Amino acid sequence: MSDQTIQEATEAELNAPHPTDEAGINAAVQAALAAIESAGDLTELKDARLAHSGEKSALSLANRQIGKLDKSEKAVAGKLVGGARGRVNKALAARTVVLEEAEAARILEEETVDVTAAPRRRRVGARHPLSVLQDRVSDIFVGMGWEIAEGPEVESEWFNFDALNFKPDHPAREMQDTFFIEPADAHLVLRTHTSPVQVRSMLQRETPVYVLCPGRTFRTDELDATHTPVFHQFEGLAVDKGLTMADLRGTLEHFARQMFGKDAQIRLRPAYFPFTEPSAELDIWHPGAKGGPRWIEWGGCGMINPNVLRAAGIDPEEYSGFAFGMGIERTLMFRNDVPDMHDMIEGDIRFSQHFGMEI
Amino acid sequence: MRIPLSWLREYTQLPADASAEDLMADLVKVGLEEEDVHRPSDNLSGPIVVGQVLSLVKEEQTNGKTINWCQVRVVPEGTEQTLTGKGIEPNGVQGIICGAHNFVEGDKVVVTLPGAVLPGDFKITPRKTYGHVSAGMIASSRELGIGEDHDGIMVLANFGLDPEVGTDAFELFGLNDQAAEINVTPDRGYCFSIRGVAREYGLATGTSFTDPASTIKVTAATGAGHQVKLSDDAPIYDVPGCTRFVTREVTGINPALPTPRWMASRLQLAGMRSISLVVDISNYVMLELGAPLHFYDADKLTGAITVRRATAGEKLTTLDEKNRELSVEDLLITDESGALGIAGVMGGAATEVSDSTSRVLIEAAHFDAVSIGRSRRRHKLPSEASKRFERGVDPRIMDIAAQRAVNLLVELAGGTETANVTDAGMVPADTQIQLPAGFAGALIGVEYTDEQTITALGGIGATVEQNAEGFMVSAPSWRPDLEIEEDLVEEVARVVGYDQIPATLPVAPPGRGLTRTQSQRRRLLQGLADAGLTEVLTYPFVSEAQNNTFGTPEAGSTVKAVSLANPISKEFRFLRTSLLPGLLDTARRNIGRGFRDLALYEGGLVFLPGEQLGSAFLPPLGVKPSDEVLADLYHGVPHQPWQLAAVFTGHEASAAAGFAPRLWDWADALDAARTVADILGVQLEVAQGDHQAFHPGRAATLKVAGEVVGYAGELHPALLKDADLPPRTVAMELNAAAMMAAAPQVVVAQSLSTQPLATQDVALVVDQHVVAGHVLDTLREGAGALLEDITLFDVYQGQGIEEGKKSLAFGLRFRAEDRTLTADEASEARAAAVALAAEKFGATQR
Repeated sequence: MSDQTIQEATEAELNAPHPTDEAGINAAVQAALAAIESAGDLTELKDARLAHSGEKSALSLANRQIGKLDKSEKAVAGKLVGGARGRVNKALAARTVVLEEAEAARILEEETVDVTAAPRRRRVGARHPLSVLQDRVSDIFVGMGWEIAEGPEVESEWFNFDALNFKPDHPAREMQDTFFIEPADAHLVLRTHTSPVQVRSMLQRETPVYVLCPGRTFRTDELDATHTPVFHQFEGLAVDKGLTMADLRGTLEHFARQMFGKDAQIRLRPAYFPFTEPSAELDIWHPGAKGGPRWIEWGGCGMINPNVLRAAGIDPEEYSGFAFGMGIERTLMFRNDVPDMHDMIEGDIRFSQHFGMEI
Repeated sequence: MRIPLSWLREYTQLPADASAEDLMADLVKVGLEEEDVHRPSDNLSGPIVVGQVLSLVKEEQTNGKTINWCQVRVVPEGTEQTLTGKGIEPNGVQGIICGAHNFVEGDKVVVTLPGAVLPGDFKITPRKTYGHVSAGMIASSRELGIGEDHDGIMVLANFGLDPEVGTDAFELFGLNDQAAEINVTPDRGYCFSIRGVAREYGLATGTSFTDPASTIKVTAATGAGHQVKLSDDAPIYDVPGCTRFVTREVTGINPALPTPRWMASRLQLAGMRSISLVVDISNYVMLELGAPLHFYDADKLTGAITVRRATAGEKLTTLDEKNRELSVEDLLITDESGALGIAGVMGGAATEVSDSTSRVLIEAAHFDAVSIGRSRRRHKLPSEASKRFERGVDPRIMDIAAQRAVNLLVELAGGTETANVTDAGMVPADTQIQLPAGFAGALIGVEYTDEQTITALGGIGATVEQNAEGFMVSAPSWRPDLEIEEDLVEEVARVVGYDQIPATLPVAPPGRGLTRTQSQRRRLLQGLADAGLTEVLTYPFVSEAQNNTFGTPEAGSTVKAVSLANPISKEFRFLRTSLLPGLLDTARRNIGRGFRDLALYEGGLVFLPGEQLGSAFLPPLGVKPSDEVLADLYHGVPHQPWQLAAVFTGHEASAAAGFAPRLWDWADALDAARTVADILGVQLEVAQGDHQAFHPGRAATLKVAGEVVGYAGELHPALLKDADLPPRTVAMELNAAAMMAAAPQVVVAQSLSTQPLATQDVALVVDQHVVAGHVLDTLREGAGALLEDITLFDVYQGQGIEEGKKSLAFGLRFRAEDRTLTADEASEARAAAVALAAEKFGATQR
């Protein structure tokens, strides 16, 4: 402690009111309360506390003198100074709360940012809608107890055509616009449909067979707004005892409703496919189609031709079955109003990203 | 097939006010799919009438052109114009400017009057031109949309027409008629005829129809017909090329006569050009009855006709004036001078009918579908005739169709029928099919009554006899597609109506859900999307150079790949052995569209030929091949593993205020590969890479259990420059199929020690060429079982480190299962680790 503080302390002691000086004590209290009230922040309040409640404050000094008083004076002075200090401390505590709240509010105010200026720090990825739709379709059939079967994209011509009852010279074989693998006598093609997986499934599984075969398929179409040489299909196959075309319709109807809602309607029209007899085209009612509600061609289906069952070693006298196939691109096109095939196949990141989790 | 409604109406109860759309709506029920509507009046409206040119004044213009200023009467002489409107002259004579010069005063022409609208929304209005007001137009057939002549305007006399002035041109040219275009499936060849569609219309609507064939009375042969020999020493699949060959002769034809308008307009609506009366008659009969005919100029034939296969080296000049080399499989029509034509595909030039033909020999023959199909493909000669023969023509229609042609040649071409008839060959017996009672119902799920079955099958033209087992059905001669009982079931079902089939839901046996592989694939595809990458699906067609760059060569050779015989682009005729070419193309396309910050991925098959490509033997259909043959088929299919690849270029996100995103770099590519490994739970081994597509110093070779599964890192700078891609583009590719197979079947849960962690750091100085991964592996090995984890947290070269060396700083985490480790125990383990690193790499502690 330096000499000067001793000097000051002494001066303060001299100026302090006598502990029984009620007017003096009250004046010190009023001075303290005024200083506390006028403190604008916690720093000023700290100064006020030091000045009016600190060791060298008038009240503390008065308090310290109580011990030196006569017994008779002690009680009066104790009460007077104690009450005074109590009022000051209470005021300090109250002011502290007010100022702390104000300080906290100020900090929060100061820390305010412009949330609209926030950067996107991590890019969100996306799966391709065709790939998601393929999973969605698979899930619906898995939910019905079906299994998912897959096969190669380069396929033996026998699985792609002959096993499916395409006669070597039948015009139907040409309808498929096939990519052939070199050399021709290797009898390999890029599969024109996922039907070869059906044949493989029948050959490799025990009956009954209920499988869905999704996958990529290929035809020699040039890319335009509605065609692509590489596209995706899903085909279903059911082989069991006593299956009928009514079962086929029921399965397709159930699927359509899972896919498009409980009001979805389907229609079967007579058609021709070498691998089914009877055969049908499947249309779906599209209430939201551009240009007004209408039937949209969705795929083909029918009862499996007995020649196909025979090729897979299944006795058509004992078993019957049905099959159906739809295009995934086509489904996405009319489901989501995709205007142009290019959007689906060009890999523009906007196409995948704007679907999010919708499908 | 296009069906003019007026034509169909001749044989059916099609209502007079039915539109093409109405017709298609009916036909779709029986399986004839709607394609299009052809209706001239959709593009043509307003007053279009016959006019007569009263005067024609040639006026030479300053631009050197000469125009005709014509006065054309458009109402009958002596009557008043009843039309009104701007530019319509009340006196019935229009002043019209015409630039064509192929007509003279007095000619009758077609006038489009003001108010008319022509194809292309071309509105006719009076307009001032060449100093006159031209109020209307004298039309060419092209302007009316009914022909393609370029010689000028239509002079009606040239069409054999002399109608009254003022006649409505719509009626005159059949422009009020319309056609429905339907798609005919390959099994329904008979629907390439009015006859077939008329029957189907009757079935679809339950109304009566008249078989056009039944209205034609065939003249009995009294004279000797043209001599015809059918010979086939090389039938395909043991089916003779020609089973029936009918000829008829018509003499005294006037080849100058024009085709009547009703016939020409029907042919046009059906999509065929009107060529000449004789040719038009041939086409008309084909469209009506479905039998392709061939007409010969009988005076140009030399002796007997023989139908035979071509001989080796034989040649023929066809109608299109091409000299064609023939195959021994081609079926020919020949006479004693040689080949006249390829049967059912295209005739020869030498015996073609011409404008001097007066004696016609009509050929109505039945050819084998397969033989015609092969010749058509071989010579690339698709025609209306081959289309029908390939799908099967009614073998009973030949004499009837020939008679129909004779009748029309007599009626319209001034010809005379002769009784010189040839009918060589035979009509095969109709196919007999036993349809068991209840079979149709059991397959469809509808209880058809016997009456429904008999009516339906009778409706398609079959003869049905009920017997103890069900129905004996004799298929109609025009339905070669009906072979087995299921074929008949379809007929019953479609005639009764597919809309009668109820919906029942079959219950599959309890399933197993997705397979392990399927679930793994989904998790990988979703996992990469969650990691911020965007999935794309690219074509698998690549060039040889792309495969050689991105594929994995076998030691000392180029990349083996599968190629297409008929690719869309010759350059890109190979199937991909890597997904990267497609991903890089897609990246480039996105960059071109202004998206420079990209993280793309694809999962898909690549195609790797093995020792055996394909199978020489193609087993027959309808029979299960032997196990050996099946094994051979399976074995011949190239290996097609499912791979995953990713490409990163630009920044990980877009720059924004107060945010500078990182550039993607080689480590991101590696990280994506690690993400794949982590999802599968496989241990990925990373080594310095050596793949020709990557930067030699910034790529990793990735292995699982010692087998290479892929590569990751920065693509080779030279490659990026050549491919016009940004520098520092990085990529990874993995044989995900192999990794999925290597994933643990069951993960055995570890016990999680809750004992305290002891951490120790160590900095080692090693030669700068020593890779960190090896040092890390060594430290792990040396530290022993107490080591829980180890990370490389700093790499340093520079002050304080000897030239040619580097410092690697590692953080080691130790923990025991059962006790708190003492500082000594952790230090001992650390020392052991350092000792092993010192031994292997000469590492010293810094």
